[in-house]
Amino acid sequence: MSLAQTVDTRPIVEIRNVSKSYRRGSQTIPVLQDISFDISEGEFLALMGPSGSGKSTLLNLLAGIDSVDSGSIVIGGLDITNLSEMDLARWRAVNVGFIFQFYNLIPVLTAFGNVELPLLLTRLSGKERREHVNAALSMVGLSDRMDHYPNQLSGGQQQRVAIARAVVTDPTVLVADEPTGDLDRVSAAEILALMGRLNRELGKTIIMVTHDARAAEKAHLIKQLDKGVFIDVHS
Amino acid sequence: MIPFSYNLRNLWTRRLTTALTIGGMALVVFVFAAVLMLAEGLKKTLVATGSLDNAVFIRKGSDSEIQSGIDRLQASTIETQPEVATGENGMPMVAKELVVVIVMPKRGTDKGSNVVIRGTSAGSLLLRPQIRIVEGRLPHPGSSEIMAGTNIAKRFTGGGIGETLRFGMRDWNVVGIFDAGNTGFSSEIWGDVDQLMPAFRRQAYSSVIFRMRDQSGFNVLKARIESDPRLTVEVMRETRYYEKQSEMMAKFLRILGISLTIIFSLGAVIGAMITMYAAVANRVSEIGTLRALGFRRRSILTAFLLESLLLGFFGGAFGLFFSSFLQLFTISTMNFQTFSELAFSFTLSLTIAAQGMGFALFMGFAGGLLPAIRASRLPIVDALRAA
Amino acid sequence: MYILKLIFRNAFRHKLRTWLTVLGITIAILAFGLLRTVISAWYAGVEASSASRLVTRNAISIIFTLPLSYEERIRHIDGVKIVSAGNWFGGIYIDEKNFFANFAIEPRTFFDLYPEIILPPDQMAAFIRDRKGFIAGRKLAERFRWKVGDSVTLRGTIFPGQWDFVMRGIYRGRDKNVDETTFYFQWDYLNEKMKKTAPQRADQIGFFMIGVTRPDIASEVAQRIDNTFRNSIAETLTETEKAFQMSWIAMSQAIVTAIQLVSFVVIFIIMAVMANTMAMTARERIGEYAVLKTLGFGGGYIAALIFGESMIISLIGCACGMAFTFPAANAFGDALSNFFPVFNVERETIYMDIAAALLVGAVAGIFPTWRSVRIKIADGLRRIG
Repeated sequence: MSLAQTVDTRPIVEIRNVSKSYRRGSQTIPVLQDISFDISEGEFLALMGPSGSGKSTLLNLLAGIDSVDSGSIVIGGLDITNLSEMDLARWRAVNVGFIFQFYNLIPVLTAFGNVELPLLLTRLSGKERREHVNAALSMVGLSDRMDHYPNQLSGGQQQRVAIARAVVTDPTVLVADEPTGDLDRVSAAEILALMGRLNRELGKTIIMVTHDARAAEKAHLIKQLDKGVFIDVHS
Repeated sequence: MIPFSYNLRNLWTRRLTTALTIGGMALVVFVFAAVLMLAEGLKKTLVATGSLDNAVFIRKGSDSEIQSGIDRLQASTIETQPEVATGENGMPMVAKELVVVIVMPKRGTDKGSNVVIRGTSAGSLLLRPQIRIVEGRLPHPGSSEIMAGTNIAKRFTGGGIGETLRFGMRDWNVVGIFDAGNTGFSSEIWGDVDQLMPAFRRQAYSSVIFRMRDQSGFNVLKARIESDPRLTVEVMRETRYYEKQSEMMAKFLRILGISLTIIFSLGAVIGAMITMYAAVANRVSEIGTLRALGFRRRSILTAFLLESLLLGFFGGAFGLFFSSFLQLFTISTMNFQTFSELAFSFTLSLTIAAQGMGFALFMGFAGGLLPAIRASRLPIVDALRAA
Repeated sequence: MYILKLIFRNAFRHKLRTWLTVLGITIAILAFGLLRTVISAWYAGVEASSASRLVTRNAISIIFTLPLSYEERIRHIDGVKIVSAGNWFGGIYIDEKNFFANFAIEPRTFFDLYPEIILPPDQMAAFIRDRKGFIAGRKLAERFRWKVGDSVTLRGTIFPGQWDFVMRGIYRGRDKNVDETTFYFQWDYLNEKMKKTAPQRADQIGFFMIGVTRPDIASEVAQRIDNTFRNSIAETLTETEKAFQMSWIAMSQAIVTAIQLVSFVVIFIIMAVMANTMAMTARERIGEYAVLKTLGFGGGYIAALIFGESMIISLIGCACGMAFTFPAANAFGDALSNFFPVFNVERETIYMDIAAALLVGAVAGIFPTWRSVRIKIADGLRRIG
């Protein structure tokens, strides 16, 4: 494993001997088998692999929305595999930013409302929240669209709102699951460029699952998964 | 917490379904309120008809004035009881009355209905201060003149001022219309008892009523009357007498109304449940997103429950709003117990409104609880996959 | 047939939603059936009455009596076959809550006039022999568990005092709409006691029941009877039994109308909600139907699928609703037996239930069907992705 020189070498994510399997009916299907590795702060990592390889599962575990069968995941010094549901939710709100393939914006809230959502879980006042939202939206270049509803925005614009939402709480890691999967080439390139900027200029740690080789090129590091284990590494 | 506007806007987005569900609940609340209002109106009319100060005597064993008969001798004995109050003119406030029922056709149809005719004397009016003449004048005693209550004048042919009724082989002229407020007297016709008794070939009065000097003297009076061997009468406060008259009718309305409401409310709750389950199913990925962002299960549960309660609230509000218009209507029907005409209206009270709204919210809660629980229990990963 | 299997599988895909919808329709049909039964119970007296029998009462109102001497005079009027006399007694059995109808009648003529009242001959003979005897309808006897030979006392209200009777028979109705909750006793018993205690009230009849020789002359005979007694002390009003029963209903018309109105409106709403639900389900499947189209299934097949699903759900709900209507009607009828002696579910009600269910299924299916038949495959497929 080699790491780019410009990145901080302290691991922000430590994955140790993580295994996960799913039960379907009477069968148990192993998805991840005894995986261990580190992610440094400021890293931009792409996880790739065929369908069923476990890449999305790994992402979900890192994000704290699924639980391991065995092993531990330490993020920012905190072992999230030991947290209760309630604590995990609270941890997620502050530490993880999500970017989904289908944007997953709340259709009945405006762009502003969507970006504000994670802040409602904090103790910030209305004025403070407004400031953060404005900042996030201007960062993605959508300040003039803050009163639009998702169905009034293009795919690329919706994804940008989603990114604004993902960064508005200044989270420890950004987790992206096929962020360009539903976009045309031009919008995809915009989104990837934006993510690249977030990584370079703001030092955000990004973990991205993707099939798209072009998207993977934007990352520093690519890890391949197959049948639940890492098979290849190159940067 | 998930913002309130989220809930409102979600209801608005699926407008048709929301409207239908609210409509269903509104109708149930409407029926519920209507039944309560009817029973309330009935009670008010009949109870208001009586006064706590008046004691009513009817023959022992008979259930109402119509079945009762008190001969002249007993009537005199009753008149001379010490509890009788004295009026301003120095006369005792007593009335000996005859109550019979005749059939009169309702205006606009030839269908007859039973109407009460009350043979009265001078004391009768004194005992019922709520009665006022609104048109014409009092009938002259000793004549074939009669006066009709506003309800009779309005609804029955022959009951209006200047009109004539024929019974007992005589013609009787309506010379006055009286208003007795929202009481049973408004559905009666009054005339001179000494003229009506021979016309109907009755030798006995139906009832004797007097104003008590002191309300609290009732028990002593009752004890004396019931132990007097010369008398075969029973006595009760006028309020109690009229209350008993409505018991059967009230019970009927209550049973019918409540059972209907229960059945309909089951339907409304099911409608709400289906609506909310569909809402949950439609927003599975949204729920996943919210949970991923860090909203707790409890917030999800509360949000969906709140939407369901909102449905109930709007349903209740509309239902109560429309039911308040029922107060413009008066029901004119036959009291099963006394076989005679009774008019009463719907009365909306604050209690009924509160009960109606409470019921609506309960329906919303009942309908939304299970779907909300399901929504909150969705595993995050599965919910997100459902995009 | 494959299509039926498909329809069934589809309908029960979302088990919870489907069962809830079925339940909703069941409740709506149940409520509708109950309300209609209440309405027909209200009119039961009218239905059971005859157009060839007349009722004669005092023209002023039912609470006034007619002299006994009228009976003979009526018998001699042209067209009159049988005359029977009776009084509404209004007695109370222990408590007012136990209300039931009780009449004093003349036994021999009464049974001639009312062949639908069926009494075993030995009981009839015993009843006629015993002046203090009474007969009660089957339902009434069951309610108070009276047996032939039991002593029963009624408290008189119109005719004061305690009245003792001995049960001599239990009658059944010939048809199911005959009232089996009435108590009949001998008029002579009533009159004898009145002669002793209140002679001025003796020999007074409440109403006469008259059988005419031919039904088509009923109204003429009625007219003749009233003419006979015009301008006498007690003028009469004679009408057919049906008209007499109707006049009681007319007096409480307001309530009946209100119930009818409410029933239709509320059920309409519940049905609309159900229809919307089924339409929602069908809309969600548009993508699938597009796929079927690509596979080569025609618009007609798709329409049949959608319609079939709506109908199946609707009809299952209807069947359940109808099934529950009968026990529910029984329970209801028992609770309100004071007011409705006859409480039967009419055949017409069943037909209307089915019609309602078909209507809901059709309405629910129409819009999605129209949509799916017209949709272009590509648009439909887009919905899946």
